[in-house]
Amino acid sequence: MIDHNQEKELKIIASRMRKHIIESVYSAKSGHPGGSLSCTEIIASIYFNLINVDPENPKWEDRDRFVLSKGHCAPALYAALAIKGFFPEEDIKTLRKIDSYLEGHPNMNSVPGVDMSTGSLGQGISAAVGMALGAKVDGKQYRVYALLGDGELQEGQVWEAAMSAAHYRLDNLIAFVDYNGLQIDGKITDVMSPVPIDEKFRAFGWDVKTIDGHDFKQIIATVENRIKETEKADIKKPFAIICETVKGKGISFMEGKAEWHGTAPKEEQKNMAIKEIEDRIKELEGC
Amino acid sequence: MGKKLATRQAYGETLVEIGEDKRIIVLDADLSKSTNTDKFKKVFPERHFNMGIAESNMMSVAAGLATTGKIVFASSFAMFASARALEQIRNSIAYPRLNVKVCASHAGITVGEDGASHQCIEDIAFMRAIPGMIILNPCDDDTTRKAIKAVYEYNGPCYVRLGRLTVDPVYDESVDFEIGKSILIKDGKDVTVIATGIMVQEAVKAEKILQKEGISVRLIDMHTIKPIDKEAIIKASNDTGKIVTCEEHNIIGGLGSAVSEVVCENAPCMVKKVGIKDKFGKSGTPAELMKKYEITADDIVKSVKEICGR
Repeated sequence: MIDHNQEKELKIIASRMRKHIIESVYSAKSGHPGGSLSCTEIIASIYFNLINVDPENPKWEDRDRFVLSKGHCAPALYAALAIKGFFPEEDIKTLRKIDSYLEGHPNMNSVPGVDMSTGSLGQGISAAVGMALGAKVDGKQYRVYALLGDGELQEGQVWEAAMSAAHYRLDNLIAFVDYNGLQIDGKITDVMSPVPIDEKFRAFGWDVKTIDGHDFKQIIATVENRIKETEKADIKKPFAIICETVKGKGISFMEGKAEWHGTAPKEEQKNMAIKEIEDRIKELEGC
Repeated sequence: MGKKLATRQAYGETLVEIGEDKRIIVLDADLSKSTNTDKFKKVFPERHFNMGIAESNMMSVAAGLATTGKIVFASSFAMFASARALEQIRNSIAYPRLNVKVCASHAGITVGEDGASHQCIEDIAFMRAIPGMIILNPCDDDTTRKAIKAVYEYNGPCYVRLGRLTVDPVYDESVDFEIGKSILIKDGKDVTVIATGIMVQEAVKAEKILQKEGISVRLIDMHTIKPIDKEAIIKASNDTGKIVTCEEHNIIGGLGSAVSEVVCENAPCMVKKVGIKDKFGKSGTPAELMKKYEITADDIVKSVKEICGR
């Protein structure tokens, strides 16, 4: 459980991440703000509370792993990695530029702290299964976290991966689903409905919990409780956390709008968004 | 000298031979008896994982395992490994340069009776187009064992093309095997025959026939399709002025194309391609299919005579 102060700190980190997301996508003139903003609290929880990593030694063998299976939300991941100290925060503005190491989608060989190159949907979760299996083969204790998009669940490979994770009893694998309900072409339920998501994962042999994906207390307590349960009982199942979120969260004019999936803000929009975030940071620091 | 054996069997036996290395993990997609990875499973069951009939997931899982320091061998039939899971090989394995060896059996039309759906004649083309991919296509028992050991020692993504059919050993004595370095089986001055995989055996037969008819053939085993042995190809063009390529693959995108690319840019000469002429296969025995699709020793003889104006 996190206390009030920890929660406040995480909220400030989330706001700083949102600022980086907006500024980097604006600077690149392309990218994916909507989904990056919906998964900000999930990624902030992972990097600033849950995961055991060392920015001084990004390839440390016994570290926990994180795979951003929805690789297009790289701006959110880069923001977290930079704030965590894997690389300088000022580099974030070079996103997608010709001389930058910050590719449009994460590249494990160029970005310190990125555990798997992703971008093609459905493949990251399989790679996470491979990492979790590797830990089991070696008898290592590290955990593997993955983050899937809800639209990504339309990829058949996700369910091949889900089947294999349950088959090999990978209780060291925790997958978050960023359930913001929108994809490029509209509502996920209009494009190709993956709901009910929880029942699908359960049918594939996973344990599942649905939470508010913007609530730090819920995100962290859900993972902590799960780890305690698996240490006590012989559960041996992978765990999916369905996070109900809002696409574009934190920027009022982007919230709940599919058109912000892959569109960069114009200068005026960027300035409005940054002001909104900075006001929130002031408010948080004041209380 | 190797035994009379299918290259997939040599693969399975070699996995057992190198299997003491705990970094090795073997994945299969419900075909372990056919690909021969079951041999590894019997000795090292704790490091063999059946991924079920789900090749796409298998390739990305292989990539994830490789990020944890494993040397992963992932096997299925060439059709499903190279084609079904092409994008996973491209994006999960090759793009991050992960240490995965895709060892694909049942390549080409000599799969036989299963028919066209299982006869992969495009895999070399698919794999060749992926940046940085190493592609090996050994012809017999001995060179397959060496190919598997070579990819095991090489750090990075590799594709090894293996066959279903039992084939004769090509070499009387042990030959040196190095990735990217072709083997000169016999020197000659009139024409060069460059063969890969089980077409090397056909080319050896063809050379004997041609020798009797007074045509001196330089015969090369091009076991590595990528990186291709440019030096040997340029030398062949300069020395013999005519090249015939032989592959159990579509003539588009395979060995013949790779050789032509080198020849065109460096030492232009006539290149004739013996291979599947942009057609799907069908059911039949391997021998019947090789005849029907014109990839036998006789077809090589015919092409060599044509290019020599005989």
